[in-house]
Amino acid sequence: MTAGLIATNDFCTYHHVEFTFIDSLNEAGLIEIRVIDQKSFIPESELQKLEQMIRLHHELDINLAGIEAITHLLQRVQNMHEEMRLLRNRLRRYEEE
Amino acid sequence: MAFIDYYKILGIDKNASDKDIKSAYRKLARQYHPDLNPNDTEANKKFQQINEANEVLSDPEKRQKYDKYGENWQHGEEYEKYAQQQRAQGNRQYSGFGGGQGQAFESFENFGGGDFSDFFESMFGGGARGGRQAKYRGQDYNAELQLNLRDILEPHKQTLTVNGKNIRITIPAGVENDQTIKITGHGGPGVNGGPAGDLYITFKIAPDPNFKRDGANLHATAKLDLYTAVLGGEVTIETLSGKVKIKVGAETQNGVTVKLKGKGLPVYKHEGQHGDLLVTYDIQMPKNLTEKQKDLFTELRKEGEK
Repeated sequence: MTAGLIATNDFCTYHHVEFTFIDSLNEAGLIEIRVIDQKSFIPESELQKLEQMIRLHHELDINLAGIEAITHLLQRVQNMHEEMRLLRNRLRRYEEE
Repeated sequence: MAFIDYYKILGIDKNASDKDIKSAYRKLARQYHPDLNPNDTEANKKFQQINEANEVLSDPEKRQKYDKYGENWQHGEEYEKYAQQQRAQGNRQYSGFGGGQGQAFESFENFGGGDFSDFFESMFGGGARGGRQAKYRGQDYNAELQLNLRDILEPHKQTLTVNGKNIRITIPAGVENDQTIKITGHGGPGVNGGPAGDLYITFKIAPDPNFKRDGANLHATAKLDLYTAVLGGEVTIETLSGKVKIKVGAETQNGVTVKLKGKGLPVYKHEGQHGDLLVTYDIQMPKNLTEKQKDLFTELRKEGEK
């Protein structure tokens, strides 16, 4: 039932973060937490995203509002990269002529 | 190995206070942090240097050693003793659970390796980075795979060697140049029962001399002799899957494009769907005309002027 899920408490212990911090990220819609039998779990698929947010918090002292803004901006950057890749490939056709 | 001036890296002078070091580090880290500069190898390299400089200068004991031996650190007896002690300590990579996608690798054989300079490793040992010991999710790996257009005509399996382990992957048909796919769980191993990291493969598709790509469509040029263009006939066209004969209508103009439906590339993730091959005719004027041909063309001109 909990395959592919990590107990939020275990994660908090390993990362030295408060449960409330993870909960706030969940409240802000930045990550998804699952509650099974009143226990909180983090899906493995959310780990990479969550760890990035924790690094921003720990290493750069960025608060929740900052993390939220950065996450949205990084998403926009990623979308722009994707658009650039498509356009560059289209341009390549003319450059090779 | 080159001597690295940690003060210069952080942009501070040798008398900088702990507060100055912290402030300089924080400012530069926010600029070059890998999470804020995804896929930017230069920024990541810079961040490693900044991190390394901070690790040394923010630790009074390490800073003292560094200040004392500086460029001649290798002759310091104390340094040797210190380095040996440090080497005995555990290893740690820069991030906690995951490695992020910060590092770019040239080839599949080139994974792994430390995040810090040789200078740092020699001075303070491979594991002298302190901080949290807990790890969980393994490191993500990035790699590039060179392909050509024919490699992506249909899904095919390929075995890659990553860090000595063979991984069998399926290259999806119709994959785009610079497109990255994630192979879940084929990155670095997890620790403390955690999941392994992921393997990110970026496909580099070499340009083809005969076909230009536009998504799933292909563009090509076909030479057409004047007589076939004027009178109509057949022409053989090269496609990625072989040669095909197509009919040419009479009075075909130069630069006209014809569409060969379904002769393009497979549409990515849409099995059974293919793009088109768009062939532009390049009509070739006859050269070295015989006298008879010249006469016939003259006659044609007269006929056309009537």
